Amino acid sequence: MKQWKKTAGVTTAGIAVLAGLTGCATASASGPQAGSVSVVGFSVLQTANKQVIADFQKTPAGKGVSFTQSYGASGDQARAVASGLHADEVHLSLEPDVQKLVDAGVVGKDWATGPHQGVLTQSVVVLVVRKGNPKHIHGWDDLVRPGVQVVTPNPASSGSAKWNILAAYGSQIAQGRSPAQATEYLKKLIGNTVAMPGSGHDATTAFEGGTGDVLLSYEDEAIEARQAGADFDYVVPDQTLLIQNTGALTRNASSASRKFLAFQLSRQGQTDYAKQGFRPLDPGIDVSVPGANNPQDPFPQPRTLLSIDKNFGGWDNANTKFFDDTHGLVTKLLADAGKS
Amino acid sequence: MALGASMIWFSLLVLIPLAAVVVAAASGGWSGFWSVVTSSQTGAAITLTVLEALAVTAVNVVMGTALAWVLVRDRFWGRRLLDLVIDVPFALPTIVAGLVLLALYGPTSSLGVDVANTRWAVFLALAFVTLPFVVRTTQPVLEALERDAEEAAASLGASRLTTFRRVILPSLVPAITAGAALSFARGISEYGSLVLLSGNLPNRTEVASVRVLSYIEGGDQASAASVAVILLLVALAVIVLLDLLQRRVVRRGR
Repeated sequence: MKQWKKTAGVTTAGIAVLAGLTGCATASASGPQAGSVSVVGFSVLQTANKQVIADFQKTPAGKGVSFTQSYGASGDQARAVASGLHADEVHLSLEPDVQKLVDAGVVGKDWATGPHQGVLTQSVVVLVVRKGNPKHIHGWDDLVRPGVQVVTPNPASSGSAKWNILAAYGSQIAQGRSPAQATEYLKKLIGNTVAMPGSGHDATTAFEGGTGDVLLSYEDEAIEARQAGADFDYVVPDQTLLIQNTGALTRNASSASRKFLAFQLSRQGQTDYAKQGFRPLDPGIDVSVPGANNPQDPFPQPRTLLSIDKNFGGWDNANTKFFDDTHGLVTKLLADAGKS
Repeated sequence: MALGASMIWFSLLVLIPLAAVVVAAASGGWSGFWSVVTSSQTGAAITLTVLEALAVTAVNVVMGTALAWVLVRDRFWGRRLLDLVIDVPFALPTIVAGLVLLALYGPTSSLGVDVANTRWAVFLALAFVTLPFVVRTTQPVLEALERDAEEAAASLGASRLTTFRRVILPSLVPAITAGAALSFARGISEYGSLVLLSGNLPNRTEVASVRVLSYIEGGDQASAASVAVILLLVALAVIVLLDLLQRRVVRRGR
């Protein structure tokens, strides 16, 4: 009797699992006309895309289109797609992650030829500080003062943390300092760093858990966190780096995904992203953004806005110079950190 | 039939992936492997991980056995609840464990204990997630232990310590070593529970699994696999060592 019950239990569980699987399969299948879009994106987009997708589905082109979505660390997502995860559109934190997919043959070589050169969303590096800014952090130079504790995701394990480090370095060059001085600055910055969590998300969690005085983060993440009730302030430093999140369609993307991409780049799509804290690609878009320092003027123009192409010669050069496995400037600084 | 099925299952889940890791590590060649292992940052991470895992395992051997003893032999209010709660660190998703630890032992600690971003954080996180292993392996053996033997030893004039050492311990040792091996293996591979609290500071609190992740993120699979192979060898060595130790103790007890 007991044995029978056990078997029955196992069978029921098995059936439940099977039912669950078929359930998923039906849910992701779509109507024949409307089509479907499978979006694979980096983590922050999870919230932002909700509104964009909802508004897309209200347009004639998007009516009835079904979506499957997957969000996670940008590098992980790129690896997942390269090794077979189905995607119509990838939307990743930085260009080299899309490049990985070009190398893997998943994305066509011509992905960045559009008017926005493959950029779908953009933001800037900001300094997130405790409520009321008790340590008076106003710019990059304040981060290397003795006693200031910095949190940044680890540039070795978090692709998107590279933006932070490049912004820090670039801020020095932009103030007329020499490369040697900028390197010295990075060294001091790493010396003041009290935590290097594996991802941007972990870094925010650690900061919210009380670690450090300053968190190197992105404007959109800071705004989104504040919209979600996070109790901290952020500073847009005078010199900062423009973060360009790139997106691309895969080689055999659905026709619905082409329409979705067009919508993301449209005025409406960019307005939706702007409301979530991303700087619109079209500067003419004027929105009020709750959670921004000044919701009426949410995206103040920094004195110097650096860009990866203009100031660092593109990602290929930046990766080689700063993050190469053995000779990268930052790789070396990290390897020597904490040894004194 | 059962043997065939077990071997296929075991091969699919364990042997083939392990072989793949070794092959991936070999793809960088000896020089590649060597330069990874001797890189000071990676070396520091591996050393820290192994030492912390050893320390935590040692603590678990003592505290885990004590906990199991208390759960089996003592009758007190809340015993059953404690018995249930012991498994929580094991059942909790590790990142949740990390959050709990950060709240309790981070800068905003309600206990006034702040070990965030120090080596103590690594120790604490490992101790938290590996707690159940020794308890759970020792407990059933203690429960099955006949009290007659202890009483006989006592009536023959053995002190309580001698009884424990000569009568109880030999039966417990295989279970304790099994628990210790599990605890150590889990310790050297842990990632989720400690990343929030440890801060991943290079050469200070960065553990081996974070190095593996860094290499993968950098697109360097061979180096990641090299670190994995080192961890594998260390785990193997410790498990063999524990087994030898166990055999010795058991033999001496007889």
